Amino acid sequence: MTPPILATEDLTVRFGGHVAVDAVTCAFRAGELTAIVGPNGAGKTTYFNLISGQIPASAGRVLLRGRNISGQSVSHRTRAGIGRAFQLTNLFPNLSVLENVRLVVQAKAGQGFNLLSMASRHAELTDAAEGILARVRLLDNRDQVVSELSHGNQRKLEVALLIALDPDVYMFDEPTAGMSVDEAPVVLELIAALKEQKDRTVLLVEHKMDVIRTLADRIIVLHNGALAADGPPAEVMASDVVQEAYMGRELEDV
Amino acid sequence: MKAVLSGDMPRSVPLTLILGVILVCLALAPFLFPGVRTVDTAARICIFVVLVASYDLLLGYGGIVSFAHTMFFGIGAYGVALASTHMGRGFDALLVGSVAGAGVAAALALVIGLFSLRVRAIFFAMITLAVASAVAVLVSQLSGLTGGEDGLTFQTPRALGPAFKFGDELFGVKLNGKLLAYYLIFLGSLILFLLMLRVVNSPFGRVLQAIRENDFRAEAIGYRVVHYRVAATCLSAAVAALAGSLYAIWLRYVGPDTALSMEIMIDILLMVVIGGMGTMYGAVIGATLLVIAQNYLQNLMGVASGVVDGLPVLPELLSADRWLLWLGVLFILSVYFFPTGVVGRLRARK
Repeated sequence: MTPPILATEDLTVRFGGHVAVDAVTCAFRAGELTAIVGPNGAGKTTYFNLISGQIPASAGRVLLRGRNISGQSVSHRTRAGIGRAFQLTNLFPNLSVLENVRLVVQAKAGQGFNLLSMASRHAELTDAAEGILARVRLLDNRDQVVSELSHGNQRKLEVALLIALDPDVYMFDEPTAGMSVDEAPVVLELIAALKEQKDRTVLLVEHKMDVIRTLADRIIVLHNGALAADGPPAEVMASDVVQEAYMGRELEDV
Repeated sequence: MKAVLSGDMPRSVPLTLILGVILVCLALAPFLFPGVRTVDTAARICIFVVLVASYDLLLGYGGIVSFAHTMFFGIGAYGVALASTHMGRGFDALLVGSVAGAGVAAALALVIGLFSLRVRAIFFAMITLAVASAVAVLVSQLSGLTGGEDGLTFQTPRALGPAFKFGDELFGVKLNGKLLAYYLIFLGSLILFLLMLRVVNSPFGRVLQAIRENDFRAEAIGYRVVHYRVAATCLSAAVAALAGSLYAIWLRYVGPDTALSMEIMIDILLMVVIGGMGTMYGAVIGATLLVIAQNYLQNLMGVASGVVDGLPVLPELLSADRWLLWLGVLFILSVYFFPTGVVGRLRARK
């Protein structure tokens, strides 16, 4: 088996007396799509925040390609290959749709400190950004200001920024939440395409069981911040811990 | 034309017209409005356009609040004054003073930025306020070097003085060094302004806007937010210092009141807000409106008060001494009716 690209070792964070993520040890390999499930408040998003660096860990380590990146900044981790789409839409609200994506393309191209050329003359950046917008079907909205975009389209743009970043490790936090029935498939197809690519690692926090069944190679279950189950979908879904902790309570509501 | 304006067109017919009129008036000021005071006003407008534009790079594009902008302006002004005093009059002294002033300003901005831009924006604002006050006190106390409260009067090259004549008259305007000095200020300001316009429309400018909008996400797509904020602060400080150098060259004098006072800082803030934050053209309109108001509102009110002479209360209200009151009223009205500034307002109605 290939060595893991991303791993967490005893990763823990405490907020006061509350342990939000409790000694999670887990490894993720390239070409693998892991669904992270668990009831609300189980620590899924916090676990993401620890990996991408928005929150410093209280204990434990995050390893990227075997190197400890626990002390590094968010932007450093991003450049090293960890990309994130957020659960609550997190965009540049007063810039255009195209500009949002172009900023990501420009970051990747290392053009941020170019002070004296005209941004609008960088056709290669604009073309790349338009290509991404076409993939999420937002090309028609390219000149719209983001704050005027519908909620579903903002969610699509959120995913588009991550696609534009094209990191080694993709982290999706409920990418289809709040999307209409005809918008969600676009995003799910993109995630499926990433899986087909075989060289990307995808972490997916998702509540919709049908999505998990079709996409996931593996499921990990977080419960009260701790890793409660880890394995192939069929096995995990059948396990007692999931039936008890998650399926029983949550899924009936969904 | 598009390349000169860096692709940032005014995007509004009235705005284009207003900017065109301002540009023509400033370019031909000595011929259109001959007179010591009018040309002086035009030169001030040029310099403040640059100063306000450099502040807008920080505030409007970078979302960084600084109260040290006058300090950087003053550093540039004192740079030219000190160089001219110690090296003797000459263009070399002006160049050395300007470059040194810009360098010192950028270095100081770097230090302040590295210390305070890592943490919350409010700390940066507070530290700039503290440093600016400290520098202002220092300048007025170190009278051996800076001339203290009296400031420094110095000589600029002969070619920039009224005694230097290079021709007779053109359209009734004396062709002397003062005219050359004006065009030095005008062209210097124009180049600096176009430079700022280019910077805000460059990939770097886009990153600054992204950071202003959402620094959290800017970090999460791979930009080192602190580096960009510090770079913007240094650049803005250097340009402010160059504007200060131009001001010193024009006045041939520098003192705490003209180059370092908190009043100038407030003027800059007013100009940015009135013109429109995050639009370089706002700097042009804000600076023009406010400099003209400061120089002529008093006269206008004197006339108005004369007209209503004899009526009750009105002459008192319109007395020339009350001009600051009316400036305040105008400011409140403009913020109330144009919250996005004049430029934001003009661009919004298409």
